Amino acid sequence: MKLPWKLPLVPELPEPGSLWGLLAEFDDVDAVLAAAQKVRDAGFERWDVHAPIPIHGLDEAMGIRPTWIPVGVLVGGVAGAAAGLGLQWATNALDYPFLISGKPFFGLPVAIPVTFELTILLAALGAVGGLFVACGWPQLHHPLLANEHFARASADRYFISVEAADSHFDPTRTTWLLENAGARRVEEVRA
Amino acid sequence: MATEILDNAAEDPGRRATLVLGGHTFTTITDKVCRVVEDRTPRAWWIAFGVSLGLTGLFFSMLGYLVVTGIGVWGLNIPAGWAFDITNFVFWVGIGHAGTLISAILFLFRQKWRTAINRFAEGMTIFAVICALVFPTIHTGRPWFDYWLVPIPNQMKMWPQFRSPLLWDVFAVSTYFVVSALFWFVGMIPDLATLRDRATGKWRRMIYGLLALGWRGSGRQWHHYERVYLLLAGLATPLVLSVHSVVSFDFAVSQLPGWHTTIFPPYFVAGAIFGGFAMVMTLLIPIRAVLKLHDIVTARHLENMAKIVLATGMMVGYAYAMEFFMAWYSGNPYERFAFVNRALGPYAWAYWTMISCNVIAPQLFWFEKARRNPLTLWVVAVLVNVGMWFERFVIIVTSLTRDFLPSSWAMFVPTWVDLLTLAGSFGLFLTLFLLFVRFLPSFAMAEVKSVMPEAGLEHGSHRGHGQYWGEIPHQHDHQFEGEKP
Repeated sequence: MKLPWKLPLVPELPEPGSLWGLLAEFDDVDAVLAAAQKVRDAGFERWDVHAPIPIHGLDEAMGIRPTWIPVGVLVGGVAGAAAGLGLQWATNALDYPFLISGKPFFGLPVAIPVTFELTILLAALGAVGGLFVACGWPQLHHPLLANEHFARASADRYFISVEAADSHFDPTRTTWLLENAGARRVEEVRA
Repeated sequence: MATEILDNAAEDPGRRATLVLGGHTFTTITDKVCRVVEDRTPRAWWIAFGVSLGLTGLFFSMLGYLVVTGIGVWGLNIPAGWAFDITNFVFWVGIGHAGTLISAILFLFRQKWRTAINRFAEGMTIFAVICALVFPTIHTGRPWFDYWLVPIPNQMKMWPQFRSPLLWDVFAVSTYFVVSALFWFVGMIPDLATLRDRATGKWRRMIYGLLALGWRGSGRQWHHYERVYLLLAGLATPLVLSVHSVVSFDFAVSQLPGWHTTIFPPYFVAGAIFGGFAMVMTLLIPIRAVLKLHDIVTARHLENMAKIVLATGMMVGYAYAMEFFMAWYSGNPYERFAFVNRALGPYAWAYWTMISCNVIAPQLFWFEKARRNPLTLWVVAVLVNVGMWFERFVIIVTSLTRDFLPSSWAMFVPTWVDLLTLAGSFGLFLTLFLLFVRFLPSFAMAEVKSVMPEAGLEHGSHRGHGQYWGEIPHQHDHQFEGEKP
């Protein structure tokens, strides 16, 4: 069914029933790592490895570039520090100055705790917000989640998925590549 | 199957200790943890839930009575303007600190045993901070004025006073709550996906599916995720140290003898971790026995926690001694009186309860036998909880009731409302906790799996973190522990 509008949380809905890609299942960490290198070397871009644990060395084996999220954290932290200092100065020294216990209207030492907390708060929000943006969350559905074998990707199995949208994708040759790379099963995933 | 290791608490510097016993594989670990959520609700859970829900009802009735009647229903009066309310606040917020220590600081220190207990401890943090936040909210008896604490433009054309530690507290504790909740939730995403993938019913699948946000355990997701987890740990570490420091400023920045000491920030932080670990043990030991999780939360985990309780207990004991030394060494007669009064005055019973529970009881943990016996561990942990509550009571009440001017001295006696509010706060804490254990993954499956041999870190061509470049053999040259041939 084609919807007349684009759902906000489901990016690029593929045509139902069309071939989304291939899913290859592997027995263990070593097998999936070796296969990942072969898929990477074959020049694929739109593919991924699915595992129940973060596999050390997978970033190199897949050729993933370092995430930009730390920049978001830095921006959040700097914004938090500026907001903390600005807030205390603007409220207690500028808009509503009043004398209490002979303390200065604005002093850096007394401003530190609130500035520090806001720095941490906005940096943490930057980290989690960055994660949501980077992963495209929240995502309500994905063709892979409808696959019965894929359920074990979050428990005890390892998978490689290659999207049909990749320019190097060819149903026969990609299946052959994955089978040759040690997959115990390669199957089609339809949207 | 390889020979099963039964005692993983023995120290062998040449070998990494096995953290998961019982010959578990990823499959069995997933099953074990998920079934806590998936099986029929056990009768024991309903009984515990009923009791704690009753206590929660009591808690909110007491708060309602307070708000409707006024703060006179509590025993506090000038000079003791703070008593049970702030004692409970500091007690609960301190409990939370162990969760952040386990999830963030031990993560940065690469303490892999934390994986078995971190989710649990983080949950405890969130619920303890919720209990803590109730007390400052209602301690004036007029919660409808709480917006005065927030810098929002208002009809009075006034702003909050940022030169007061009480306002720093608002920022510190609310930041702590938000960041802990984010850390907890982000940590749970892969495990929520496991629950989603195992769900049989439609509603279950939809709810866990929504919470899992679309997690597919993909390499790219793990890549972002791991970096965010590390960053959050790095942010939560200074945060947790700052939160109890700021709480201690509520006291230390004032001029009152017994409060006005520079040792307070580190002393409060050590005490918070001490009390929090005791609370983790108080909850974890019974739950481990009920859910039969001895393979995941092993003797080694309990022993490590006992060692941390011993170490932080010694720090707290040192701080108690140093307070007395500084009172004497300062030559200030008011300061000297405040401390002599603590140990020998009308609240001496509270002081010595605190010393017995916090300094003497943990000394048992010097003995291996005590560290390996769950019952001893639990009893000492409960005593430490009691002691840490009394520590805050002693600091607050002894200092306030005997201030500079003897003519203004008075005693603080708690009323029934004070006592029932304290009891009720445990009800709220336990209710939230039971809901958490029943409906969310209370043990971090993905993290526990990543420290098991099956994760492939300690076999094959002995690759370590990040050493996967070049040709990688995908043929096994040998089997490893826990793997079926």
